[in-house]
Amino acid sequence: GCFVFKPSAKKRKLSQRTAHDFGIRNDNSEDTELRFVTCQSLWNQIKSETEKVQEDLNKQLLDNLVSFLSRSHFEFQEKTTEWTCRMKFREIPTAALVLGVNVTDHDLTFRSLSDFLQNNITPYIALLEAKDCPGIKNLMQKLMGQLMNCYIDVDSLEDEDYVQVSQNRIRCSMSSLIKWYESVTKKTDSEMPSKKRTSSSTHWQSPPVIVIFKDMESFTTKVLQDFIVISSQHIHELPLVLIFGIATSPMIIHRLLPHSVSSLLCIELFQSLSCKDHLSTIIDKLLLTDQFPFKLGGKVLQVLINIFLYHDFSVQNFIKGFQLCIVEHFYSQPLSVLCCPLVDLQRRVNSLSHDQCENIRRLPSFRRYVEKQESGKQVALLTTDNFLKEETQKLLEDLHVYHENYVSVLRCLHVFTSSLPKYPLGKQIRELHCACLENQVWETEEYESSLQLARMLNKSDLVTMLQQCVEILLSSSGKEFDKTVERLKKFLTQFQNLEEAFQEQDVSVSSQKELQKKTDLYHLQKTLLELKESRRSKKLTKFEMLRFEVVDYIDSLVRKYLVPADHRTLHEILYFNTAAVLRGHLNAAPRTALHTALNNPHWYLKNQALKCDGGSISNKAPDICIVYKLHLECGRLINLVDWLEAFSTVVMAGEEPNAGTASSDQVDDIIHARFIRAVSELELLGFIKPSKQKTDHVARLTWGGC
Amino acid sequence: MPNLEHPAYPAAALLHLESLVPCRESQVSLLLSIFGERQQFSFPSIFIYGHTSSGKTYVMQTLLNTLQLPHVFVNCVECFTSRLLLEEILIQLQSCSSETEPTSPVPCDTFNDFVRLFKQALVSRELQHQTLYIVLDRAEQLREMEANILPAFLRLQELTDSNVTVVLLSEIVWELFRPNVGCFDPLTLYFPDYSIGHLQKILSQNHPPEYTADFYAAYINILLGVFYMVCRDLKELRHLAVLNFSKYCEPVVRGEANERDTRKLWKNIEPHLKKAMQTVYLREISSSQWERLQRDDGEPGQLKGLSAHTHVELPYYSKFLLIAAYLASYNPVRTDKRFFLKHHGKIKKSNFMKKHEKTSNHLLGPKPFPLDRLLAILYSIVDKRVAPTANIFSQVS
Repeated sequence: GCFVFKPSAKKRKLSQRTAHDFGIRNDNSEDTELRFVTCQSLWNQIKSETEKVQEDLNKQLLDNLVSFLSRSHFEFQEKTTEWTCRMKFREIPTAALVLGVNVTDHDLTFRSLSDFLQNNITPYIALLEAKDCPGIKNLMQKLMGQLMNCYIDVDSLEDEDYVQVSQNRIRCSMSSLIKWYESVTKKTDSEMPSKKRTSSSTHWQSPPVIVIFKDMESFTTKVLQDFIVISSQHIHELPLVLIFGIATSPMIIHRLLPHSVSSLLCIELFQSLSCKDHLSTIIDKLLLTDQFPFKLGGKVLQVLINIFLYHDFSVQNFIKGFQLCIVEHFYSQPLSVLCCPLVDLQRRVNSLSHDQCENIRRLPSFRRYVEKQESGKQVALLTTDNFLKEETQKLLEDLHVYHENYVSVLRCLHVFTSSLPKYPLGKQIRELHCACLENQVWETEEYESSLQLARMLNKSDLVTMLQQCVEILLSSSGKEFDKTVERLKKFLTQFQNLEEAFQEQDVSVSSQKELQKKTDLYHLQKTLLELKESRRSKKLTKFEMLRFEVVDYIDSLVRKYLVPADHRTLHEILYFNTAAVLRGHLNAAPRTALHTALNNPHWYLKNQALKCDGGSISNKAPDICIVYKLHLECGRLINLVDWLEAFSTVVMAGEEPNAGTASSDQVDDIIHARFIRAVSELELLGFIKPSKQKTDHVARLTWGGC
Repeated sequence: MPNLEHPAYPAAALLHLESLVPCRESQVSLLLSIFGERQQFSFPSIFIYGHTSSGKTYVMQTLLNTLQLPHVFVNCVECFTSRLLLEEILIQLQSCSSETEPTSPVPCDTFNDFVRLFKQALVSRELQHQTLYIVLDRAEQLREMEANILPAFLRLQELTDSNVTVVLLSEIVWELFRPNVGCFDPLTLYFPDYSIGHLQKILSQNHPPEYTADFYAAYINILLGVFYMVCRDLKELRHLAVLNFSKYCEPVVRGEANERDTRKLWKNIEPHLKKAMQTVYLREISSSQWERLQRDDGEPGQLKGLSAHTHVELPYYSKFLLIAAYLASYNPVRTDKRFFLKHHGKIKKSNFMKKHEKTSNHLLGPKPFPLDRLLAILYSIVDKRVAPTANIFSQVS
């Protein structure tokens, strides 16, 4: 059936299962522990990295929100009695947080938001979800429960307070909330000057109470309206701030709330970063670095990105998918023990067992490598473990270096391609990355056309791009780029020289002057033709020559460094490339799976006896498969008696032909029972349903059914 | 103008009351005559209705406060269950003549309890010799509570056998309230909407201390000229008046015009008010943002309103799913073959012409459709092959 990927379950499983279980299915379980530890540490690294990225991305949003909140209850702080303040009726300050359609990511954002606010603005925060609040009563209960609990947390659980709280909880009304708020603020006021001033000086004297509606769209209108009306009546006593989490568009506020209610709010809009930008940053930080030894192959990355773009826009799911890749890689690939930082590499290679060496020899990429070597070395590689180990270490180091260079050159290429019209190689660096991982990028048509376009770039663009490239290469850790940088710098100075030279020569201007002198029509025509001719056949200008040179040089860089990873030896160790597994896990196709299971039970049951060719129906297959196949041949309505007969024929066919003929007209009871069970199973799966038109018929529901 | 006169109350208090409730003198005098003297029994229940912000709550509050009549004032939206409502009344009653500290609230679940406790409270507060007023604001909420609450409140005087009057305030008429049987009809009283003159008078009453009343009145006049067409809500108008007043004063502060130069001031403020009508009034931008904008004197174009962000980005398949659902719900089934198959029969022209006569499908609203049809349409409008994966199914559900 349907496999819904539950990340939390997976993780729990991972931590509960020990390293012992990790390798249960694999033959050589010697390195499993090490593999497990490596996997865990790698994932922890990646997790912390992603969290950091997330924090950085949310910073802008949070800062804006904080400044809004501090502004919002300014008047409450000052307690001004100016004319304007007296006259205006108080609106509830409200922040509308537009978070985009990727609902799964919102949780994280809200969590970081509430943490941040708790540390900087106010201890009084309530997070409300629509599913907890079907009515205003539940909402108030939830709200008060959260607020008062947090108060207890802040003041480190005093017993008498707790009693008070539990008493209050019986009466969930706004007035008790206000009483609570007054008592709390008074208490902190009296306590603060003495000692706590320094510790909690980040909070103000009367901190606002923040109520966050996580999913505003799913709240019922009535609840929201009532709550807003109630709280607007008490805004003078209780500095309340609302935060609406909105997934679609801010217009939803007006659609949900009538004008009489929305006029009680003072709404300001905050937009979070778009999820696509978020993904780009994540890819940039996770994949296009040399920080982590583990890498994704082209197809796998494509699957992950497709799920993101086509299905959910959820960065969180992308990261979970990435996690799954890591786990799967370390689980299924015994050699992944070598997928470690370079520092540990030597130790690990040296401690490889003989079996593991055999594993290396079995790798397709390694075999290709061996075939290219001379015969003496071939023998050494295939027979001597120690030699193999040395070679492996060298190759793996090469692979790491290759990745470093790859990333820098990829970024350079992206600088060029991202500014071309129509983006033949894609706008985002991830598209370029996929293209380069997939196959040799310089053989593709898109690459050709983008080079063509690059040859037509104007000078200022070209110069800025070259400068960017120089910066990228300088900042990269690769050692081979000294020469490249030098070359690029030379190009830059050449361009500069060109500019100076260009100002001096005014050839074209002089020719035009000449042109003006001639008044004769015939001559004029002649010279024009000549000019045209010369322009066409004219040697390329210096600038054009230089431009060609630059593009050719970039081309040579690409050919040298952007070789796809699966052309490198031992890429299997660092690159995870089994996209089919991933697709099966993340993007399951329940209908297809069901069809396969029923049509071809061998696929799942792995029983040799079940293997059969397409058309015929084997009697060894499970009953439900037989019934299923038979029902495929029927029309919309299926006669149960005919069906049963066909079923019994198939089942009896293989068994004892003699006994079958004897009782052909009378169906065996056992077979009858088997048939009924299979049919009811089919009904459970939703393929058929009983029909009311004819009592002894069932109706098909799939493929042309009703 | 009818002057408020009543033998039971001192004239000074009445005069003060009159100044506090402009344009509602007739209603107040009517109420007073119904109430009678302090110790006299009044009508058991009074129902007051009128449009939003026609001063119902305000009039009742000021009336009861200035004459210092014993009263309980409860908002029914706030007390969303009957229990909360009854307890709230009792709590307020206890603190009503607040000589003693309010004791802890007694649980009160049913109306029976309420009547008992209510009597006790009356006796203990020595209120049995005056009329007690219970004002239930937004009384339309009472209809959604238990069925016995509303009729019981209407007959509270009878049930408790004491001097009490229940006043219900609502925005809808009594006919929508009336329960089926055994209901005591209250005395209904209508508060009409304020006219433009009334609004003018009320709004200009509290002018800022720095400026003269005339100056402010002129400003209110302009404001009403712009906003009266779209908004008659007094609260909203007052809010808008405060928001935009600083802009109005600008020329005066700068010294370009004096307070009497109305024409010049009008020219200055009018486009500004119109802009406000398009943005602040509709809550496109919040009032605090508007104020900041005024201070910076910036263009409102740089501040995008709420409706500017209507564009929503959706994942690729979700987009097509939505389109498919739309097509499936608005197109009739028989057109599917024509629209989504490559080789379909030619349509006869006469057939095609007939179609135009029919009413548009959009007027009829969306129709239900089977899931298979949705998926079939989805597969045909996405040009690539779509795998029927769990992700798509979960989005459908």
